[in-house]
Amino acid sequence: MSLLPAGTKAPEFTLSLAPEQKISLADYRGRNTVLVFYPADWSPVCGDQLAVYNQLRPMFRDHGAQIVAISVDSVWCHAAFARDRKIHFPLLADFEPKGAVAKAYGAYRHQDGFAERALLVIDPAGTIRWSYLSPLGVNPGADGILDALESLKAKV
Amino acid sequence: MAQLRVPVSATDHVVGPPEAALILVEYGDYQCPFCGEANVVVKQLQSDLRSNLLFVFRNFPLAEVHPYALPAAGAAEAAGLQMHFWAMHNRLFERQQQLDPASLLSHARALRLNVDRFISDAQSPNVQRRIAGDMEGGARSGVNGTPTFFANGFRVDGGYGYENLVAALTGLRV
Repeated sequence: MSLLPAGTKAPEFTLSLAPEQKISLADYRGRNTVLVFYPADWSPVCGDQLAVYNQLRPMFRDHGAQIVAISVDSVWCHAAFARDRKIHFPLLADFEPKGAVAKAYGAYRHQDGFAERALLVIDPAGTIRWSYLSPLGVNPGADGILDALESLKAKV
Repeated sequence: MAQLRVPVSATDHVVGPPEAALILVEYGDYQCPFCGEANVVVKQLQSDLRSNLLFVFRNFPLAEVHPYALPAAGAAEAAGLQMHFWAMHNRLFERQQQLDPASLLSHARALRLNVDRFISDAQSPNVQRRIAGDMEGGARSGVNGTPTFFANGFRVDGGYGYENLVAALTGLRV
């Protein structure tokens, strides 16, 4: 299964942000959403990748975008990871049923049991406008995301 | 493949001749231990490649995880305004345990900078804008952690080891 391409309606989801708190994609309707699938908390490449996105939140905000990251880790793992790395954007737990959201987006590695390293930009109406599947070991940075947000702005 | 979007210009901190065949641009963070290690590799490259290499350093302080990264970047830039950028740059990377405000001042004194001017420059809007500009250009170029190197305009994946950087710069295996 391959990653959902631009032009596709973004599949709805509701995932846990914290033990008692859930977030749905619909909560972000009306803004751009940067959706980041990543294999796991704590693995070195993810740490770097998310640290960079964390630092670039003002740039995403300037483009009217909220960033959200999803892995199969549990809310408790996410909480510890976010606290340790001082991550100030939502890390959602695609934990039960495991990887269901990643599967819906075509971003799940069945052979490994975790999400691909995949990036998507979803527009305010809930349509995927850009998607990118990175080789697992390559940290993709934010250039593609920023280009996609720029071109969205240009079309508005 | 991620590409450098902000070409090397007269406003950059550079070492080497502008016409050098090989251009290495680093985006780094003075509090990042990997950047400290990479600085040793860069020095080796400079020593081996000599005038064939133009080296450029730009700021990418990951301030959320490194509380001294931004003040340290300000200190290097402020030293740069007194023509001592590289001396401060190397000093900071060689003394990454001494990046607190008092240490930054003692570095400025050790380099015989005008300390009053150093203090005001380090926090000035111009210096802060420059650092933010470096970060924005880096983000657009695909900086994906620190350090991130660009060899002849293309992001170097696979780490900052000597062999990897030489291969990225020259296409040669060493």
